[in-house]
Amino acid sequence: MKYWEEDRECMAREDLEQLQLERLQSTIYRVATHVPFYRNRFKEINLDPDGFRSLQELSSLPFTVKDDLRRNYPYGLFAVPLRDIVRIHSSSGTTGMATVVGYTRNDVKNWSDLVARILTAAGVSKDDVIQIAFGYGLFTGGFGLHYGAERLGASVIPISSGNTKRQIQIMQDFKTTALVCTPSYALMIADTMLDMGINVNGLSLKWGLFGAEPWSEAMRTEINNKLNIQATDNYGLSEVMGPGVAGECLECKGLHINEDHFLAEVINPNTLEPVQPGEVGELVITTLTKEAFPVIRYRTRDLTRLITEPCACGRTNYRMTRILGRTDDMLIIKGVNVFPTQIENVLFEIEGTEPHYRIEIERENHQDKATVLVEVMESIFFDEMKKQRKLVDTIKKRLASELGISVDVKLVEEKNLERFEGKGQRVIDKRVL
Amino acid sequence: MLKVRNLEAGYGKLRVLKRISMHVDPGEIVTIIGANGAGKTTLLHTINGLVKVSSGEILFKDNNLGRIAPEKIVASGCSLVPEGRQVFSTMTVEENLILGGYVLAKKTMGGIDAEIARVYELFPVLKERDRQLAGTLSGGEQQMLAMGRALMAKPSLIMMDEPSTGLAPLIVKNIFKVILRLRDEGNTVLLVEQNAKAALGIADRGYVLETGKIILQGAAQDLLQNRDVQRAYLGRETD
Repeated sequence: MKYWEEDRECMAREDLEQLQLERLQSTIYRVATHVPFYRNRFKEINLDPDGFRSLQELSSLPFTVKDDLRRNYPYGLFAVPLRDIVRIHSSSGTTGMATVVGYTRNDVKNWSDLVARILTAAGVSKDDVIQIAFGYGLFTGGFGLHYGAERLGASVIPISSGNTKRQIQIMQDFKTTALVCTPSYALMIADTMLDMGINVNGLSLKWGLFGAEPWSEAMRTEINNKLNIQATDNYGLSEVMGPGVAGECLECKGLHINEDHFLAEVINPNTLEPVQPGEVGELVITTLTKEAFPVIRYRTRDLTRLITEPCACGRTNYRMTRILGRTDDMLIIKGVNVFPTQIENVLFEIEGTEPHYRIEIERENHQDKATVLVEVMESIFFDEMKKQRKLVDTIKKRLASELGISVDVKLVEEKNLERFEGKGQRVIDKRVL
Repeated sequence: MLKVRNLEAGYGKLRVLKRISMHVDPGEIVTIIGANGAGKTTLLHTINGLVKVSSGEILFKDNNLGRIAPEKIVASGCSLVPEGRQVFSTMTVEENLILGGYVLAKKTMGGIDAEIARVYELFPVLKERDRQLAGTLSGGEQQMLAMGRALMAKPSLIMMDEPSTGLAPLIVKNIFKVILRLRDEGNTVLLVEQNAKAALGIADRGYVLETGKIILQGAAQDLLQNRDVQRAYLGRETD
């Protein structure tokens, strides 16, 4: 099967725009009626929610940013009462940093169909055995792909992340044909296989769907060669829905955006004006069908470029290039979104540490390794080793619980880290993709 | 087939329709549900040219219907089955059908006979009563006659206004079966209904109209699952 929902994926542009307008008008009506945040914001800028008449007027609508989501933690931006919600997901982080999103039954159904589209575009069919090595839990990756794969009718192995040897064992025994994980984890699996002396050609693997972190064409080639599969990129973010926002077809020339459900714009992050068609800028997404958690012009902070030329696969939905970078300081470590301020807040609360720190990230054996260098008071540095080790352990534990990933911690003497004016270059990212 | 964008219309100073955008694709049943006075009939009448457009556009097969006379709209393939049947009660069943086919009659008389045969095939009960006065038919039969009369113009879009009004549940079921059959034979139907459950049950997509605005739209199955629709239109209080 080539398409999951051909009538939607291959729509004439004119019909798509009619559908987008209808859906956008009812979305604007619903957020203005049910979400005080949007109602007030529309009022502030004198925007008549019933006055919106054309997709060209999109830039008259206000942006929504991650901080708006944080400030309305946990349920402030929900457009339906909690009793209509059947699923809740959340980003990592404690109160003040975390964001919470909800889904109605219809949202979960649409989400499943959109992920099924992306799986189909990437070559997967109901005859495939799909191993989902994304973490299950509050993170949308695991459950998002899971429901889409079930909707498609594939045989789903919900193995979740970690335990690479077991992943490989199951891949062999269960005859996995499609692998879903982060691209770096795919490479780690490949290398572990090599170490274990397993011949890749003896596996049944055919397809790989990778996402949740930035990667490159070089990595794709390496994955394709090492695992003997066809690797595709897909994109999503929990604030908008999760995986299923966009995904590559087998042409591998950009990710088709599910435009009947998401209105995509690319803006200049400095002027906030739309960029010239085809120029690189920040991706901004408006949801068109979400019931529980609609967002208007959500600034993703992801840099990309829209491709409007027709694609050889027959889909008429516009494509976006793979994510080219970020417009903020968010880091993606082991597929998890991390903000330096999260680390700062933890250090601030621990006695004995100075507010000076540096984060170093590198890639060892295709895995991200993050080290946090923390300045500590002289007294501690000259204290006995036991006390130092205890402090390192405390910081590690607190960071792991805040960030959801483990990081290394190294203590350095006071004033050993470079000082910066203002925000400062606290992150040293040595990863080469 | 039909695209409505930002349509506003009303009577005198009364603005009934407020920025309506909706569309109907070929071969689908689209339903518009809503309470009494929401503007459902006004919407159909505006599309059909009986109520004047204040602003916005109605594109039917890429032609703007905004300023076209109702009879020309019928000739272009857009027919209305009015609410409450409105059959010509002092004329026979067959005469009613012939009147419905007046746009065909301008071209060829033979076309009319073929169409009447088609309508009788769809509604055998009308054939049985072809010489009976329409006013003596039962409510269900009159509804079938009204639908048959609209079909006589060989429309590419059939608009139906509350076909279930005043009919017994069993008859409603039959009428809706016929609507499904029309769709399966390649017709396109825009169905306005207060009976939301029945309409969403056979429709492909639906729009919810409330005080002249479309507040929700989507696949009919999704609307049936939507809690707001359930609470307001399906009479089901969920907890």
